[in-house]
Amino acid sequence: MPPVLELKGITKRFPGVLANDHIDLTLEEGKVLALLGENGAGKSTLMNILYGLYTQDEGEIFVRGQKADINGPGDAIALGIGMVHQHFMLVPVLTVTENVMLGMESIKNKLFLDREVAAKRIHEISEQYGLDVDPYALVGDLPVGIQQRVEIIKLLYRQADILILDEPTAVLTPQEVRGLFQVIRSLLAKDKSIIFISHKLKEVLEISDSIVVLRGGRVAGTALPQESNERSLASLMVGREVILTVAKEKAQPKDPVLEVENLTVKGEGAHIAVRDVSFNVRAGEIVGVAGVQGNGQTELVESLTGLRPPQSGVVRLLGKDVTHASPRVITEAGTSHVPEDRQRDGLVLSYPIADNLILNTYYLPPVAQGMVLQEPVIKERAERLVAEYDVRTPSILTSAGSLSGGNQQKVIVARELSRPDQLVVASQPTRGLDVGSIEYIHSQLIRKRDEGAAVLVVSAELDEILSLADRIIVMFEGRIMDILPVENATREDLGLLMAGVHSDEHRADVAVAKEAA
Amino acid sequence: MSEKNASLKATQKKTQKPRSRGRWRTLLTPLMAIVTALILGAVVIVVTDTSVYDAFGEGFGAGLGRAVQVVASAYGALFAGAFGDPARMVRGLSTWITTGDGRAWVQSLYPITETLRYATPLIFAGLAVALGFRGGLFNIGAEGQYFIAGLTTVFVGYALTGVPWFIHAPLALLAGIVGGAIWGVIPGYLKAKTGAHEVINTIMLNYIAFRFAEYMLDVGGPMARGDGRPVSPVIQPAAQLAQFFPSNPNIRFNLGFILALLAAVFVYWLLFKTTIGYEIRTVGQNPRAAKYSGMNVARTVVLTMALSGGLAGLAASHDILGVIGFMPNAFSSGYGFDAIALALLGNSHPFGVVLASLLFGALQAGARNMQGIARVPLDLTDIVQGLIIIFIAAPAIIRALYRLRTAEGGEEVVMTRGWGQM
Repeated sequence: MPPVLELKGITKRFPGVLANDHIDLTLEEGKVLALLGENGAGKSTLMNILYGLYTQDEGEIFVRGQKADINGPGDAIALGIGMVHQHFMLVPVLTVTENVMLGMESIKNKLFLDREVAAKRIHEISEQYGLDVDPYALVGDLPVGIQQRVEIIKLLYRQADILILDEPTAVLTPQEVRGLFQVIRSLLAKDKSIIFISHKLKEVLEISDSIVVLRGGRVAGTALPQESNERSLASLMVGREVILTVAKEKAQPKDPVLEVENLTVKGEGAHIAVRDVSFNVRAGEIVGVAGVQGNGQTELVESLTGLRPPQSGVVRLLGKDVTHASPRVITEAGTSHVPEDRQRDGLVLSYPIADNLILNTYYLPPVAQGMVLQEPVIKERAERLVAEYDVRTPSILTSAGSLSGGNQQKVIVARELSRPDQLVVASQPTRGLDVGSIEYIHSQLIRKRDEGAAVLVVSAELDEILSLADRIIVMFEGRIMDILPVENATREDLGLLMAGVHSDEHRADVAVAKEAA
Repeated sequence: MSEKNASLKATQKKTQKPRSRGRWRTLLTPLMAIVTALILGAVVIVVTDTSVYDAFGEGFGAGLGRAVQVVASAYGALFAGAFGDPARMVRGLSTWITTGDGRAWVQSLYPITETLRYATPLIFAGLAVALGFRGGLFNIGAEGQYFIAGLTTVFVGYALTGVPWFIHAPLALLAGIVGGAIWGVIPGYLKAKTGAHEVINTIMLNYIAFRFAEYMLDVGGPMARGDGRPVSPVIQPAAQLAQFFPSNPNIRFNLGFILALLAAVFVYWLLFKTTIGYEIRTVGQNPRAAKYSGMNVARTVVLTMALSGGLAGLAASHDILGVIGFMPNAFSSGYGFDAIALALLGNSHPFGVVLASLLFGALQAGARNMQGIARVPLDLTDIVQGLIIIFIAAPAIIRALYRLRTAEGGEEVVMTRGWGQM
């Protein structure tokens, strides 16, 4: 039997760039093929060719042994190829049924939508694959993990049997990831075939049947999960040896730099985002805040950095009360802040890199003398920081918006960590970045720690917390579930704490926690 | 890594092209917009001219000939009205050289000086709106700021007596700046403190300003002249802006033009070379990043509106101190609205605004001549101006029409922002 999908010598050129260079890959029926690669390795281009959004310059696509010409998503869908994009294509104000019907509505009496027929089929699909989705729920009310299942239903509803999942775990909690893997297994059992795009090595090793690693538009290697490990995949991906677990000495914590007492912070609207939280961060240690996105971490960081005044409680920086201080006062007192959303808060995308690098020092000498900006100083500083922090850019005058995510983050890290600060607050510092950039940013945060700064890292990635932090704070629904030294933390326990369950509670609760997640 | 390097090299190639070429490209779209608008204006001239229809009645060739003739005469008159008649200039100059009588020469300069005089308040008002755009604020209130500044400037101009000119004129200008700034600060403060959108508030403040000026200047009003006309008293000679051609009362080209150019240089320096400008632009581009970086967003918004209002106020000061000499009740200028177009056309860059204002000044000066000589109504310039703005505002049309490539990145200007997005 021929493979369900075969790509032969796919080549795609963009002006000045060879995005895909003679890529071959084979997907067998009922198997998971993992496509692994850093940002910019050519994964998206390849999948967009397969989905008909681009046309290849060279090479051929065979679907079930037949040569296929895919000139648009319509052709792809007709061939049974479907794609779940990293950013879901759902309309939040419509129900699951309406979302699934979108584009292929069933009609009754020539004029009216026939929701019942569609809902019935969605229910069947949901049963068949164990998806557990209510056809009449509003998509906006559903958690992200369920929204993803709606996307999968959309494909199954269109009778896709080759499913492309683009970074499907990027937005999920560990428990939701487990749920997704169960769904994938039940899909495989029904002879669906899956291309799983990711740069998370652990997941790729767990779920895939074969692995293709792309680097620089070429196939850097293929591997079988049972014969590989994270280290071997990472070096294939990056093209050199990668240090996965950051090498660091044991922390030598000194006096507390940041002290938080009974802090309560309101979120958007009326809800209390952070409830009565107390902790400290000492000089020379990294404290990690773990938690599923949206459990008060964002508001906590905003109130620590002066962006969101707290309701009650006290924040002290080096013994000084900064509870209601402005961002500038807190910055000047010695805080660096790598914000959660680099594009929204951390950068002015239209500004050149040089101007972004002075975002919070623009008014201080030597950057400004009086009110006049000193362009030579700004340029010299930009050249130095770009070189020192390995920002890949054609010029310091390139706009920040045209850099890749990893390089944008490096610009922020360069700006924030180049100051001689006592406290570093880094929120989701490596979200969406490739292995090389993650490694770099981690090493910089550890350098800061070893230089004697107190470092607070907020991350939704357990791996990041486990490899960086000396102590771990787990947040759930605005409260601190526990504060524990990294030596005593296991992935399992942290996962449960993140879901609001204390590990010493009865083990029977575990099942409930999984349900809840 | 090879892909990354390849893309790096690709971008490098693009950026390494001489910078002048990038500049040229940013000018290309406005230029093509102007050309396209003039072509469409020609079509309007032709279809509204009955003589063309008559000529087409005689035959296609005759009709076409007549159409070309009509357009040529209209645009010829427009050009002569805006820049002068070269033959007259040469004659005037030679008379001046041979006989020492410079009057004909000066008179031949009248059209170009009219262009510059029209352009002067447009530069001030255009700078006002452009500065607001840079700060993410849509100041539709330049018109109202112009009215309030007119009142303050004319009051200082006529009420102050016995002051030497080198104090009086600057004081009167300052009064205009302050008047406009106050009227700009009100919506700025409302935006900063309550999030009330400046578009609504500046529009409403326009009406208040119109009616307030009416009340002040109407017959029997506090600032009326008292001779039964709804106008203010005439300003003191010491408050007048220096005229370049005092010998010819027709020519009202004055020092205000130089001040406008200086204002453009000042705005450029402020925006791009100072910390204040950095704050204004950052707040305009990304208020969240501005807040994150410790800037006082509210204060910057208020300051931007004050500067914007002050610049709009100078437009009124120029008109009163340099041209009219008093403030009439019916002072309506439309500058406030032209200014939005100018800021757009000039890409919110001070020097772009100057160029755009010169164009609009030329169109307005030329239009009078066109109406007089070619009998094309003044309104045609409004149509041409309107078309230019449409093409500027929708650059995709121009790019599609002439298959231009998309201009490279650069700093975009946030024209306006929704509620509560600070």
